Amino acid sequence: MSVAPEEPEVLDRRLDAAALDRRLDAVWQTPRGLWAALATVDHKIIGRRYIATAFVFLALGGLLAVAMRLQLARPEARVMSADRYNQVFTMHGANMMFLFAVPVMEAMAVYLVPLMVGTRNIAFPRLNAFSYWMYVAGGIVLWGAFVFDMGPDIGWFAYVPLSGPQYAPGKRADIWAQMITFTEVSALAVAVELVVTIFKQRAPGMSLDRIPLFVWSMLVTSFLIIIAMPAIMVASTSLILDRLIGTHFFNPAEGGDVLLWQHLFWFFGHPEVYIIFLPAVGMVSTLVVTFSRRPVFGYLGLVLAVISTGILAFGLWVHHMFVTGLPRLGESFFTGSSMAIAIPSGVQIFCWLATLWSGRPVLKVPLLFVYAFLFTFVMGGMTGVMVASVPFDTQVHDTYFVVAHFHYVLVGGAVFPLMGAVYYWFPKITGRLMSERVGRWVAGLVFVGFNLTFFPMHLLGLAGMPRRVYTYPAEMQWGSVNLFISLSALVLASGFLLFFWDAFRSLRHGIPAGDNPWDAPTLEWATSSPPPSYNFARLPVVSSAYPLWDERDALSVATGLRPDRREVLVSSVADARPEARESSPRNSIWPLWTAIATSIMLVWSIFTPWAVVWGSIPIATALIGWFWPKGVPEDDA
Amino acid sequence: MTARPLRLPALAAVLACGGCGTPWQSALHPGGAQAGGLLDLITIFTAVCGIVWLLVMIVTLLTLRRRRAGIEAPLPRDEGTERRPRRAVQAAVATTVVIIAGLTLLSFFVTRGLTADDPQALVVRVRAYQWWWEFTYQDPRPDQAFTVANEIHVPVGRPVRFLLEAPDVIHSFWVPSLAGKQDLIPGRSNEITLVADQPGVYRGQCAQFCGLQHAHMAFLVIAEPPDRFAAWQVAQRQPAPEPATDEASVGRRIFLARQCAACHTIQGTTASGTLGPDLTHVASRRYIAAGLLPTTRGSLAAWTADPQTLKPGNNMPMVPLGSDELSAVSAYLTSLR
Repeated sequence: MSVAPEEPEVLDRRLDAAALDRRLDAVWQTPRGLWAALATVDHKIIGRRYIATAFVFLALGGLLAVAMRLQLARPEARVMSADRYNQVFTMHGANMMFLFAVPVMEAMAVYLVPLMVGTRNIAFPRLNAFSYWMYVAGGIVLWGAFVFDMGPDIGWFAYVPLSGPQYAPGKRADIWAQMITFTEVSALAVAVELVVTIFKQRAPGMSLDRIPLFVWSMLVTSFLIIIAMPAIMVASTSLILDRLIGTHFFNPAEGGDVLLWQHLFWFFGHPEVYIIFLPAVGMVSTLVVTFSRRPVFGYLGLVLAVISTGILAFGLWVHHMFVTGLPRLGESFFTGSSMAIAIPSGVQIFCWLATLWSGRPVLKVPLLFVYAFLFTFVMGGMTGVMVASVPFDTQVHDTYFVVAHFHYVLVGGAVFPLMGAVYYWFPKITGRLMSERVGRWVAGLVFVGFNLTFFPMHLLGLAGMPRRVYTYPAEMQWGSVNLFISLSALVLASGFLLFFWDAFRSLRHGIPAGDNPWDAPTLEWATSSPPPSYNFARLPVVSSAYPLWDERDALSVATGLRPDRREVLVSSVADARPEARESSPRNSIWPLWTAIATSIMLVWSIFTPWAVVWGSIPIATALIGWFWPKGVPEDDA
Repeated sequence: MTARPLRLPALAAVLACGGCGTPWQSALHPGGAQAGGLLDLITIFTAVCGIVWLLVMIVTLLTLRRRRAGIEAPLPRDEGTERRPRRAVQAAVATTVVIIAGLTLLSFFVTRGLTADDPQALVVRVRAYQWWWEFTYQDPRPDQAFTVANEIHVPVGRPVRFLLEAPDVIHSFWVPSLAGKQDLIPGRSNEITLVADQPGVYRGQCAQFCGLQHAHMAFLVIAEPPDRFAAWQVAQRQPAPEPATDEASVGRRIFLARQCAACHTIQGTTASGTLGPDLTHVASRRYIAAGLLPTTRGSLAAWTADPQTLKPGNNMPMVPLGSDELSAVSAYLTSLR
């Protein structure tokens, strides 16, 4: 066979559609079988696993919440011991923050971002596989420890000295600290992949002002992760060092500083809130556009609001420390900055309202969740303004008022949009719609159950009930409100139960969705639902922010990629001009071995520092396998 | 300075939570100027934020006025129709900035009002332990200083300056009916000044998670007229009374001979341990074990017999005592008024 010298390889433009699909699938597919399933680097398969795993942790964390509500339903109840309760509330917080909220948002992005920017796989797909295995291992470590009564009991914030060697004997606090390491490694890995995917793998023509808003949110979120997570890794590593080899980072008797922990923790911990919230903002923007049937109002304003939220997020951590006795002047600065973050939040709310106002909203289930979000999140924002005020905070800090506040912003602000997003993208992922009728019940039960559960907590906090108490005396008269809250929590739980049931049922029995059931404008809907292993047979070329609306009949495509090996198109950062064809890694089992080796080292290092030395050998071996040269010149470069 | 209470009755009624909670530990039932000022601030914030929330919700519901039953073709883009929403959004953002700035300034001024320093203040050193409170009334004459646990008395109208220390882990000092909270942090010294304007019993509770029995770490602040406070002070400075009955003196002998004296101090005896609460006038306090049980002979006996069942994980070991011994010790403790 002779080929033209300037085109040495087989290129896709020479093939008809059926032949192209066949060849691409042969190159990109994940073969059947367990081994192939473990070795896959397909962002869609990993994304699906990631999402499903995160929802398993949501369900587990929800069970813990129900257990807590049982214990608190009556004063002086003995449903569980103080020791068990302290483990349960610590597990609930740590699980929801580290094993559910952050991973689920990244998981959605792992699945969706490559599709939304029109590429065939995420950047660094093997790192992506590694990240998932690390995440699962971290979850297993935490929950396994809990099952064996070794669950952390120091709060998800693990303040020293309570978590230090003197007051937390045993291995419970180490489990917490090492779980942090697991989840941070996986979160950082995904963040790096997303930044590179978004910057360098966008479809030709998708300049910065045509990036879907969800992708913008994930870009900012990824930078927040990259900047914030090192602080907690420094903190948790220092804690392990204090506990294991007798350093004194946090021991005031030896010149250490107790408040250093809080600064490090909240320097991560506050951006963490936005790491959870900003992806939800992107989901809301997506849903609002599709269901109000018009382009978003104030695209630039929304993008700038997300970016400025991301920047301000690093300037407010001290508002978690208003009662630690820091200088008043410094506290006032942080009051100002905490208040100021209400402004970009306001900009976003107003832009969404303007979009809905001038659109033709269709109240499908995803949009119902957006309305539930607006109702709940705005209220959480209002209580956020309240706790940003130092004097106000001195009364409600560490009370049920704060419990109410952050559930309003995290459940109302992030979980409601996430549930709407699940209803919205479920057909993309599975090819089937979830039930519209059941979805209305889910939205109703969750919304009503949530507000009945959490609104009274504001009042309990003002009435003097502190957080993190395993019981309270009958004479405090908090009993009736707590009983009401516990009963309402059952309504909320039933809503989630129905949600899971609907998702399971729809996997098999949902109505087939077609490629684009919502007539949505963004690129993930430009391919079949569910997408083929290679995402797009020919990569789309974009000339607006709403390509499927503006080119309704036929989307422009780019050709010139090789169909006989995994290739993605690399484009320029600002204008998404095509720059190069880049090979994309093949399936590999080595990320799994690396994750297993790393997990062994991390768990072992709870018991002896030598684990770091000896445990590094298997990790190095696995990494050598991972990066072993493939014999293809371009891949070795 | 006293913040002039500004009452918005309707809203305060809503805030009062239909009677949940008790007035002795509630930010909604101030017994002093600081807590009153904070309640005013809470009320203003709640009113402003509530109105803003309501307005946003009205607009949110109005966006549904043009809702459609099914998905239609997307609307064409038309710059001309964007002008009105743009103006509305700009106005809304500007209003947000003004409101936020107003609330921030209000917050600053209230903060400044709260940090009044008074040289006449009574000074009490607070040491918070897992899971109880030690209070030492300072005095320029060292022999006039005295130590109590889990219950303090303060004179109405006179500021009390609390010096806050934590020898073990972080705790938080909070008497919501009198003021906001302040953490006690190992290696640092904080302070907070309170004034009780009305006589009464106010309850405080540790607000920072401090371990297993964080839930049982309460104390009482009893505000009383200056003369009664002075009498209480005089009584607390006395050493423990001599046992009046035989049983009580047997109890004292057991207390001093067994482990008890290694951790507890009883002034006027050889018991001078410092790991547990000072028991010199334990029976004069309303509760034992940091708010766990009302002080009665029965509860003192029950606590002595089995502290680990009543408050699991606390630092008091179970001291094996026969029933006669237990009875004698409880008789002695009950006599420590």
